[in-house]
Amino acid sequence: MISMTVARFWRMIPNRYNLIGTQCTNCGQYYFPPRKICPTCRRDGKIEEYKFKGKGEVVTYTVIHTPAKGYDQQTPYNIAIIKLDEGTSLTGQVICDPKEIQIGMKVRSVFRKLGEESERGMIYYGTKFVPE
Amino acid sequence: MRDVAIIGVGCTKFGELWDRSFRDIFVEAGVSSLEDAGIQGEDIGGIYVGNMSGGRFVEQEHIGSLIADYSGLASTLHVPATRVEAACASGGLALRQAIFAIASGYNDIVVAAGAEKMTDVSPDIATDALAAAADREWEGIVGATFPGLYAMIARLHMHTYGTTSEQLASVSVKNHHNGTMNPIAQFRNEITIDTVLNSSMVADPLHMFDCSPISDGASSVVLTTADAAKKYTDTPVYIKATALACDTISLHDRPDITTLGATVEAGKRAYRMAGLTSKNIDLVEVHDCFTIAEICAIEDLGFFKKGEGGRATYDGETAIDAQIPINPSGGLKTCGHPVGATGIKQAVEITEQLRGTAGKRQVDGAEVGMTHNVGGTGGTAVVHIFSRNR
Repeated sequence: MISMTVARFWRMIPNRYNLIGTQCTNCGQYYFPPRKICPTCRRDGKIEEYKFKGKGEVVTYTVIHTPAKGYDQQTPYNIAIIKLDEGTSLTGQVICDPKEIQIGMKVRSVFRKLGEESERGMIYYGTKFVPE
Repeated sequence: MRDVAIIGVGCTKFGELWDRSFRDIFVEAGVSSLEDAGIQGEDIGGIYVGNMSGGRFVEQEHIGSLIADYSGLASTLHVPATRVEAACASGGLALRQAIFAIASGYNDIVVAAGAEKMTDVSPDIATDALAAAADREWEGIVGATFPGLYAMIARLHMHTYGTTSEQLASVSVKNHHNGTMNPIAQFRNEITIDTVLNSSMVADPLHMFDCSPISDGASSVVLTTADAAKKYTDTPVYIKATALACDTISLHDRPDITTLGATVEAGKRAYRMAGLTSKNIDLVEVHDCFTIAEICAIEDLGFFKKGEGGRATYDGETAIDAQIPINPSGGLKTCGHPVGATGIKQAVEITEQLRGTAGKRQVDGAEVGMTHNVGGTGGTAVVHIFSRNR
């Protein structure tokens, strides 16, 4: 697990748990991870919080065999870029047999444990995806 | 703006240099570049050094002071040294800052260097430090490794353009062949497509032999004005363009995952500045941190149509004696990739090639060369164009 201090993880908990990002209501564009400056409208933009519906499709994917630090228990695991129905994309794990995952596959978000620091350390929760 | 030229180059051997320290390697590269240029410490107006993560790799920050100090340039001469960081593009960016220092008229002689010592920590820690080139909070935390991000570029490239694993492997085979002729290269052995395909899977579809290694190394170039260059050397290499472009730090925010927008834009800016097109370039050192990265680079820089890079490499069109030699040095794959040093090593290779001193890997009649150095998955791209002729 990439270790993060409690504060660094905690301050983004609503976003990580519930897929809360932002929308620029000036141009309509959605952002996840949340942005405070709209790259299209910049200072003319009007940024508001937005809770994503959590549905989308796989743009591209990989099956990780040499894991990131702390992910060895889960290896092999699927990582994908998922384009949400609102039009913005994010990186996340897709929970399914590595043989099943494919480009264009419809997925939906679920609340899952991402990992833990150690036996006594922090447990990280967040959003993963499952086939629709 | 004044025109700028390279008058000296130096480079350590790249590899797992367990018997040598961070200080040892940057001193060796720096001193050999000064000797090559025939200049003294008193002549140096400033140093720019590319270093991605001294803090993680050797638990040392304040790299500028350390380098000036152990190069013997701090205690009496107080030479100003600036560390420059843009992940794996730190070296290319250091060169760019050094060019500005000369072009602006602020300094007359400047050293651009790069150094990274990556094997003093375990591969685990080194890999984690490299992962910081991606978005820590929204890519790293979900378990996306650096090879994993490039694997997603490869997967979509294969899906969209029909690029094959064999074509990816052919990048590595070609670079290994070139590396056999490069004395500084970490790996100097021939491999076959089967070597790549039979190596362990890192992140599907990328095998271990699709990935550049973890390495130690340092490199250095000395710059002065084009007007003064002939005082120091008969074969100056002139800087025709320096270009930098940034893009989103996260791969998922790009409109086309198979195109590095920063590379496209830096390439265009460089061609415009030099008044040249891709047809005028005789050889290129591109940032092949993974085999797919070389394929994207040769497409995004305009040498091949989008989707043709894999086929062209497989068909031998990027070999040293072919129409556009790509990575005659052996690239990051075989030279090794001490991240901060790579961008400067590319300039060292182009200088050797344009001087005609690249030995067995010499590209015949090389007049104009290009370097392409990428940070992260393409959040930064630095492109330089060099020429034998002013």
